[in-house]
Amino acid sequence: MLYKRFLALVLSVFASAIAMAQDAAADKPQMADAFRADGKIYVVVTVLSLVFVGLAVYLVMIDRKISKLEKQAGIKK
Amino acid sequence: MKAHWWKALGIILVLYSIVMGFLGKVPALWVLHETIRNLYFHVTMWFAMMTLLTISLGYSIAYLRGFKREYDVIATEAANVAMMFGAVGIVTGMAWANFTWGEPWPNDPKLNGVAVGMIAYIAYFILRASIDEQSKRGRIAAVYNIFAYVMFMVFVNALPRMADDSMHPGQAGNPGFGGYDLDSGMRAVFYPAVIGWILMGVWLVNVRKRMRELEFKFLQNELD
Repeated sequence: MLYKRFLALVLSVFASAIAMAQDAAADKPQMADAFRADGKIYVVVTVLSLVFVGLAVYLVMIDRKISKLEKQAGIKK
Repeated sequence: MKAHWWKALGIILVLYSIVMGFLGKVPALWVLHETIRNLYFHVTMWFAMMTLLTISLGYSIAYLRGFKREYDVIATEAANVAMMFGAVGIVTGMAWANFTWGEPWPNDPKLNGVAVGMIAYIAYFILRASIDEQSKRGRIAAVYNIFAYVMFMVFVNALPRMADDSMHPGQAGNPGFGGYDLDSGMRAVFYPAVIGWILMGVWLVNVRKRMRELEFKFLQNELD
């Protein structure tokens, strides 16, 4: 009889400890830590960087084209 | 030899912000989670826009002192590129708001203020387009530009700060940047990103201004 009560007490302490541990885990804002740890985020960074570099190169080409036209128009030598 | 270094610097700084913006450490925050990284991409649009609007204002004032046509062109094109950054800022903000505040256009004083402020600048372009004579257009547009700038800054930076229901940082007595909500790791990405986008904006203004000058020259030759 007594040991049954004792067992119940131990189990309830365990249960509440587990519940608290879960609460503690749920208490933190979710972040994409696994995504970064797995290295997959580098793929996204690479793609975005390429998109931006592509646009930048395009802008450089437009800039050069205008410089050429400026020379032809005699605005700048 | 014209200096191009600042264009390269702009590209490098924005590229740095893209790489570090994803790989750098950010604080874990409720509601925002990883979207706090949008600070590097959404907020920088507004910083670039307001810098360009200030440049536009400066050239409009410069135009009124001496009426040099070139200054009028720069003022217009700076406002033009600023509107592009503003449009991107609104769209990115709506995407961000949809996932954090629950709807793309919550009734936030900052959002409504930006809408009014941008309409003030749309009126600037309509005003310009409606006047044919070049020097008259320049003068009237330059004077109106001063009005538009003041209106924009009042609606976007002053009124939302006094309202007590804005969710944007820096409003309703919240400290903005420089307060507790931007840690040093994020600053190291955010400020270079701001400078990078401002340089990209100035570059776009430079290209558009030279395009306008070519157009002017071309039309002049046609008249001769």
